[in-house]
Amino acid sequence: MAESVNDRCCCSATAEVLEQTAAIAAKGRDRPEMLIPILHQVQAIAGNSIDHQVAQVVAREMRLPLARIYGVETFYSFFSAKKRGKIIIRLCKSAPCHLKGTQGILEAFEKTLGIKAGETTADGKFTLETCECIGACDVSPAALIDGVVYGNLTPAKVSELVSSLGEGVKA
Amino acid sequence: MLNVTIDGQPLQVEKGTTILEACEFLGIEIPTLCNLEYLSPEGACRMCVVEVKGIQNLQVSCATPCTEGMEVTTMNERIYAFRRLIIELLLANHNTDCFNCSANGECKLYQYAMEYEVEKTRFVNTRGTPPVDDSNKFFNYDPAKCILCHRCVRVCNERQSNRTLGLIDRGVKTTMGLPFDQLFIDSNCVSCGNCVSVCPTGALTTKASKKFRPWEVTKTRTTCPYCGVGCQLDLLVKNGKVVGVEPADGKANQGLLCVKGKFAYNFINHPDRLKTPLIRKEGVLTPVGWDEALDFVTAGIKKIREESGPDAIAGFSSSRTTNEDNYVFMKMMRAAIGTNNVDNCARV
Amino acid sequence: MKETRILLAQAGEITPTSAKEYGAVGGYQGLKKALAAPDKIVDIIKASGLRGRGGAGFPAGLKLSFTANTPADQKYIVCNADEGEPGTNKDRVIMEKVPHRLIEGMAIAGVAVGADKGYIYLRAEYPYVAEILEKALADARENGFLGTDILGSGHNFHIELFIGAGAYVCGEETALLDSLEGKRGEPRFKPPYPGVAGLWGKPTVINNVETLANLPGIVANGPAWFRQTGTETCPGTKLFSLSGNIANPGVYEFPIGTSIRTIFQEAGGGCPGGKKLMAIQTGGASGNIIPASLLDTPMDIDCCAKAGATFGAGDLMFIDDDQCLLDILENLMEFFEEESCGKCTPCREGNTQLLYLVRKFKDGTAEDGDLELMLELGNTMTGGCLCGLGQASPNPILSAVRFFPELFKTKSTQKGRVS
Repeated sequence: MAESVNDRCCCSATAEVLEQTAAIAAKGRDRPEMLIPILHQVQAIAGNSIDHQVAQVVAREMRLPLARIYGVETFYSFFSAKKRGKIIIRLCKSAPCHLKGTQGILEAFEKTLGIKAGETTADGKFTLETCECIGACDVSPAALIDGVVYGNLTPAKVSELVSSLGEGVKA
Repeated sequence: MLNVTIDGQPLQVEKGTTILEACEFLGIEIPTLCNLEYLSPEGACRMCVVEVKGIQNLQVSCATPCTEGMEVTTMNERIYAFRRLIIELLLANHNTDCFNCSANGECKLYQYAMEYEVEKTRFVNTRGTPPVDDSNKFFNYDPAKCILCHRCVRVCNERQSNRTLGLIDRGVKTTMGLPFDQLFIDSNCVSCGNCVSVCPTGALTTKASKKFRPWEVTKTRTTCPYCGVGCQLDLLVKNGKVVGVEPADGKANQGLLCVKGKFAYNFINHPDRLKTPLIRKEGVLTPVGWDEALDFVTAGIKKIREESGPDAIAGFSSSRTTNEDNYVFMKMMRAAIGTNNVDNCARV
Repeated sequence: MKETRILLAQAGEITPTSAKEYGAVGGYQGLKKALAAPDKIVDIIKASGLRGRGGAGFPAGLKLSFTANTPADQKYIVCNADEGEPGTNKDRVIMEKVPHRLIEGMAIAGVAVGADKGYIYLRAEYPYVAEILEKALADARENGFLGTDILGSGHNFHIELFIGAGAYVCGEETALLDSLEGKRGEPRFKPPYPGVAGLWGKPTVINNVETLANLPGIVANGPAWFRQTGTETCPGTKLFSLSGNIANPGVYEFPIGTSIRTIFQEAGGGCPGGKKLMAIQTGGASGNIIPASLLDTPMDIDCCAKAGATFGAGDLMFIDDDQCLLDILENLMEFFEEESCGKCTPCREGNTQLLYLVRKFKDGTAEDGDLELMLELGNTMTGGCLCGLGQASPNPILSAVRFFPELFKTKSTQKGRVS
């Protein structure tokens, strides 16, 4: 018999987060077209991720099947069912940036943060992701970090960037 | 009416007819994997492609509507090669341990691989072997045999409206499954088994189907006895015993069944099954004939009615009987016995 | 030859979000004309010969006419601002610098087809553009260019901003509509086309940002004015997104038909560091890769097709001779493997198999038959995938095999560098 989901549940949303989630999702009751905007809002308050518990609240409040919510959140790269850090570093790996040395930048980020792409630092501050074109090809290689484009990156600039980003962010 | 020509044969069809339907009318067989009657056409598997004169790309016959003057070719070298490649692509990520698969003999992928002479795929497996979900009491799900035709997802969402199954992730990582890696047993699945019935491969199979091969069974069409809906089904019989049930395309059920119709057939050969009426004689339930049993009941009802009046009696009928039988039962309670104490167990 | 700035004429000259400033330099004149004679707009656009700027080049006037001629209680204008093609950022520039041009274009389209509601589907990768658009939309409403009874004409037009969530395939029009409806962005089967049955089954005009931004100029100045620039079959200017190994990457506006060489040298400033140009990927990640010897190809839909290049959305990614083309092909196929929606078999399974085959050539482990298999698969996908993504994704490989056949040697140790 395969392992039951109840044995390996790792949901960690607090009661407060679930309450806020319910309030946001209730605005989209019986309005399935609101799912994507609502998931954006929910993700912002639920630790940059939409885990099982949070999704169940969204499903209940919007009156949508859980399968629909999970299908949508796994389809779009900006959503994640996995817990992520406070700051998400999205490093563009598409061809124009690739040509200008994304690989070296990625290695610099991995070394500075001590994690691989797709992982989150132990203190929960940073998640490092590689992503497809962010439309900043005029300043390749580039990364999108908390809504801001950081362009013309060089491996040497990375550690300084990481420490300035980390300032003021509580672990 | 629209005039179309298929493989040189002229045909008149009604507006809204798909190329596939027109082909069926002419007896031209087109291979399909994702298409199924009563499900919305998806055009996803691309097996049913045909050539339409004047259009450069191949068109899926399952979803493309006929238009006036349309000229269709259903088979040529290009179409053959295209379908062959689709089979090869699907086989690359399909567990081809067919010997051990209970869909052996019914698998559409296997059938088309034979028809299109694909013995081995030239492509590599890119997905590995994900684990089987055997948590459901009646069926198993083996993702390594799923070809992502979405039939199960559509039957679950569009027809059964249980909305348990969905598509997860995208691109090459796309899978059919349950949210958050749930197992069937932990989900809101009601075990209706319709996903199993529509699966064209061995991805979703009943647990019982391991014990027989399709060519070993005879099919007996009958009406499901569980409720008054009248779903049509085929009993699969091997060596005089019912080993499985398949939904049939009846007016009432159009290819669907519920958990009872699909899976609850083991009582037939069960040793505890009641085959005759029983009357408790001197504290022991004893088998009797129908005449004796009915006389016993009639005498009992009459006695209670005389001693305590008709309202001391209540009648409760079964939802497994027909509406007509329930009506007559109601009449008997009200007119013959004289009480309004009558009810039926149907509450779903 | 310098840039010809028409769409971007006011870029940098005005406060982007200000409707008044945009109006002061000739903005919203097209909308005023459209409101005065709504019935004439479709014919004006048809006469202008404007073709869609999102990649397919479909005649914009014809598209408008489908929706205009379909009776319905509700119609929609949807702006496709899901600019996901790697190497493209021209729509971003329009929305950042002259957002009111887009807003005006959408309102004109709304008036033309009888739609009172519009959506801008903006990709999630542009959160900073969302801020600009929200401000511009608010300012347009405040100044009466949007909302109920626009400019006292009795016409209503509302625009809502919708933020995507990161999926290249949502640039495909029907996938975008599914996404707007809160679903997985999987392309729909066509027909019906969105013009007849689109968003929530209602007739919907769905156009690229740049296409819509062309409408104000055409309506204000007339089709003859528009046809003065560009070519006979593709009139107007085009924004070209220059990326890769080039001195001045960025977005530049040139008349359609300008040669790649002119754009490369005049605007792009050539390859930096004294490197030699080896190849150009035209039309984005799903476009053809052509050798530097085709630099004189005019950027025009027909000329591109004839030469074996792709016009697409006007992307030009320059690749110098220090690069390994097979490495770039691997990168491109990784992109498609990830960005395919997974709905249809050839795209879902095909892109990943193409990636494996390209890797074999890159690693020097390709065997006899691999090239033939790659071509067979690529051509199959081109001819039978559900949507444009899968039909176009083999283009880089197919064009590379055509123009750089020496890279595809079996069991060769050559690492794919052209020297």
